[in-house]
Formats: sequence, C-alpha cells, structure tokens
Amino acid sequence: MITAIRETRRDRIFLAFNYLFLALALLIVAYPVIYMISASVSSPKFVASGEMWLWPKGITLEGYERVFRDPRIWSGYGNTILYTVVGTMVNLAVTLPAAYALSRRDLSGRNLFMAFFMVTMFFSGGLVPTYLLVKGLGLVNSMWALILPGATSIWNLIVCRTYFQTAIPKELQEAAEMDGCSDFRLFFYIILPLSTSIIAVMALFYGVGHWNNYFSAMIYLSNDAKYPLQLILRQILVLQEMSSQTGAFDSSTASALNSRAEVAALVKYAVIIVSTLPVIAVYPFLQRYFVQGVMIGSVKG
Amino acid sequence: MQKSTLTYDQSHLVLKPAARRRTGKKILRNWQLYILLAPAFLSIFIFSYIPMYGVQIAFKNFIPVDGISGSAWVGFAHFERFFNSYYFWDLLWNTLSISLYGLAIGFPLPIILALAFNEVKDGMFKRTVQTVTYAPHFISMVVMAGMIITFLSPSSGMIVHLIEALGFHAPDFLTDPRWFKTVYVLSDVWQGTGWGTIIYLAALTGVDPGLHEAAILDGASRLQRIRYINIPAILPTITILLILNMGSLLGVGFEKILLLQNPLNMESSDVISTFVYRSGLLDAQYSFSTAVGLFNSVVNALLLVMVNQIVRRTSENSLW
Repeated sequence: MITAIRETRRDRIFLAFNYLFLALALLIVAYPVIYMISASVSSPKFVASGEMWLWPKGITLEGYERVFRDPRIWSGYGNTILYTVVGTMVNLAVTLPAAYALSRRDLSGRNLFMAFFMVTMFFSGGLVPTYLLVKGLGLVNSMWALILPGATSIWNLIVCRTYFQTAIPKELQEAAEMDGCSDFRLFFYIILPLSTSIIAVMALFYGVGHWNNYFSAMIYLSNDAKYPLQLILRQILVLQEMSSQTGAFDSSTASALNSRAEVAALVKYAVIIVSTLPVIAVYPFLQRYFVQGVMIGSVKG
Repeated sequence: MQKSTLTYDQSHLVLKPAARRRTGKKILRNWQLYILLAPAFLSIFIFSYIPMYGVQIAFKNFIPVDGISGSAWVGFAHFERFFNSYYFWDLLWNTLSISLYGLAIGFPLPIILALAFNEVKDGMFKRTVQTVTYAPHFISMVVMAGMIITFLSPSSGMIVHLIEALGFHAPDFLTDPRWFKTVYVLSDVWQGTGWGTIIYLAALTGVDPGLHEAAILDGASRLQRIRYINIPAILPTITILLILNMGSLLGVGFEKILLLQNPLNMESSDVISTFVYRSGLLDAQYSFSTAVGLFNSVVNALLLVMVNQIVRRTSENSLW
C-alpha cells in the first residue's frame, strides 16, 4: 500500500537481496525434507553413494513395506493416538474453565491465583522429586503418568485467559447475569460456543505436545506394549535396533538389497516420513490457528 | 490495567468489616467460578507444588522406605560433593557454552528473517516461505535426532556427501567432541528460526504506516526505515525475549542432547540436566541429583533477576 511510490534504485537492489535471502531460507529448510521423501522410496544403493540427491532413483517401496510389517509401529501408533486424544481432552477440560474463571474481573483473589500459577513457570521441584511423586502415586507404567503431570500448561492458560479477556465482550456477562443465568450456564452455553478458535488453538498446541513427547514415556513406561510411537522411533532411529520383521532378509529381497546397513537406512527414512506425515500434512491447513495462538500469547507475554 | 487491579487487591489488607463482608458475599455469589478453577488449581498444586516440597531431599539422605520426612538431614553435603567433583567445571562449561553459542546464533536470526518477511508484499511467495519455514517446529525431537544422525552418517549422510562434493573432507560430526555443540546449535536454528519470527511479525504489524509514509516522503531508503522505524518498534519484544533466554542459560533443552549423546562425544555433550537424569533416574542417587538440579534452578532464577535488573536500569522494557 505504501509502495505506490516508485522504488529507488537503492531500494530495488535491497529488495533483490531480500528475495534472495528468503529464497535461500526456503531452500535450506525444504531441501532436507524433499531429500528424505525421495530417499524413502529410492534404492538405498543410490542414496548411500550420493547418486540420489534430489529426485527418487531406483524406486522401491521396500522401506515402507518393512515399516508397515513391523508390529511395533502399529502398536506405537495406536498408543500415541490414544494418549494424544485422552491427554488433549484432559488438558482442555482443565485449562478452558480455569482460564475463563481467571479472566473474570469479579473473581476475588484473582491476582493471588495468577501468582500461584505463574510461580511454577520459574520454579519447579525438578526431575527427581517429580519422578518420586509420580511413582508414589502409583502412576508408573500407566498412561496417566504421561497425561496428569502436564494437565495444565501455564503458558496455554495465560494465552487462553488473554483470549477470553479481549475477545468476549463484558456486556455479554452482564446481560446474562441480569437474566439470572448462572456462571456454569454462561460458560458452557454462551462462552464456549463463542470460543471455537481458541479451543482449536489449545487442542493443537496440546495435541502436538502429546504426539511428539518421548521423554516422560521413556522415564515412566517400562512395558513395550505401552510405548508410544516416539519411543519406538527412538529404538529405530537413535538406538538403531531392528526388530526381526524390519531387519529380516528373505531370499527374494536379499539379492536386491546389498547389506543390512542399507536396509536400516531405508527403513529409517520411511519411518521418519510415516511418523511425521500426519502432523506435517494437516499443518498447512491449521497454520492460521497456530499463528493466532502465538500472537495472542505475545500480547501479554 | 495492572495497576488498577493491584490497588483493588490492597483494599483487602485494610480489612474494614464492611469491606470484608462484601468480599465474602462476592465469593459466595461466584462460587461456580471457583469450581471452574478447581481442577487446574489441584493439578498444579499436586504436580508442581508437592515436588517443590520434595526438593528438601537435596539436604537429606533420602531413603525411599523412610520417606521424605523420615530421612536424615545432611546439610550441604550433596552440594559439596558436586562442587568438589572433577566433572563439575566440565558440566558447567558445557551447559553455559551450549546456551551462549545457541543464543549468539539462534537469537538474532528470527529477528533478521522477520524483518525480511516484513519487506515483502503478501502473496504466494511470502506465504510459501512462511509455511515451509514454520513447519520444522512440529518435527519431534526424536525424528530430529534421527535426521541428524542419518544426515551426518560418515558413510552415507546427505550433509557429508554435500561437503565432499564441495571438495572438503567431512569431519566425524557425531563422534568428534569438537563438533557436538555446532551440530546441536545449527540443528536448533534449522528447526526453530521460522517459528521464532511469528512473535516479531506480530509486533511489526503494530507499526503505524504513517511513519513509513512520512519517511518515504523524506527520502528514507528501505534499509533506513528498517533501522529507524521497524527495529525500534520490535525492541521491547526483543528485550523481553532476551531476558527470558538469559534466565534459562543453564536450562539447556536436554531432550535433544540425551538423544545425540554417545560415549565418544560425552566430554562436550554432557550438561547439568543430562547429568541429573543419569545420576537420579538411572543410578537412583535421588538426593544427590536433586541437589544438582536445585543448584541449576537457583542459578537460573538468579540470572533472570540479575539480567532483569540490568535491563530495568538501562531501559523501560523489563519483565517486572
């Protein structure tokens, strides 16, 4: 809008460099991703030698076949979906009502409650006392160990409270009170239906957190059958363990694939794509909400 | 706004009987709000405040069967053991140097990228670059570590091929301790720079277009307008984020380090938090590792207060 005036020569040169810089940023971020997608369907021979550098070469679906034949991937996927859905629902059930209560100016002791919550952003008991507590409550090796300790994220609570304060007109509450509407009814029947965008933001923030979480699963779960996808990925990608299914050679593929290491590499690329795809695939459609969430947070933060 | 609620709260302290009765009535009238607040209150109380009480085992010899209160006090013995251990300075140095290295490279880049985005008209190109650069934020730590390990694999890694194609000899990124910090910091930059721009872009939308129009009429170049309009506009955001970052200098994200650690790079990859994890949860030295963790959080809090004080002296943009 302000560029209606013709750019000077100096500014045109600057803009050219600016576009070049952004194009470079695009290339640096996009290239590894494209490379992985191509590598996951290319013959590992070409990948290892560096002959495959952008587009797939010697196309094979062997990597994906092995990944889908591995029962650990399936159980990991199932567990992750369960933990993500239940965990996010608990998060929402705890965060939304509290954020609304804290957004009400007529709540006595509001600043005390805020202080109570904010303190935990700067001080915490630390890893070991938290672990001992979870253990003492008998939650070890149950999915609740992954869900309950992080039920309320203070950051999300503040983002949500800021939204209620700025986006919901105060007159609404006053009118509802005048009509004798209780706070419960007001929250569940009037406020919540008006807040779908913040509910989406919260569900996304919490949901991605559960989907990507590996650390609490690693310290609290001891039973393989309960492992979420990220822990299975850790076994395959970081500890480089192959199960009999993914690592096995049957005579037909043994000739096509040269070595165990090559198979391992192929499986790795395939497993990265399979595990990250759901998040990356829905992300462009939901980007608006994520950005909105960060922006609401920055108003107050 | 902050001020008005504060004076309102202080009225409680005066405690005139009538005022007290009014507050009591208000609590009664709004009892449903307290019910709405209760689950979050309880979850924070149980999972954040009870562990704070448990921190006292740093000064005790915690024995699980005796419980927290039944274990014997030992004063600062665990702290002394930590400060006198041969690995203390290594841990402190690794933690600080990884943080400062990450701050030096990872902090300015989102600012520069956000300023660059801001100069481009809205359209396909801008949207594409934004969508693509934000995306790595959603890649999980485990997958990120997997990518690093695969790309840097000495025999077949993509980055190793790239370096060799340019005619250089690629070092052993994953096993050479000298390369660990660079690998850690640069992969963070790759993953976080795009997402980091959002907060600055939000601040940049608040710039009054009139300022730019006036500057253009006065013949200011784009570079000058960035220097004298845009950067001052985002300076408060930059300051606040810098303070928060300084406050977590000893709080290096250990989830990624833990995944990239191996016996060969240990001398430069072991930080305080990974040490706490190892000695506390793997070796079950509960009291000792709690003491180490407590030392870590106390230093963090001190740093935060100190930096905030310095900033408050020199500008008006401080946390409190």
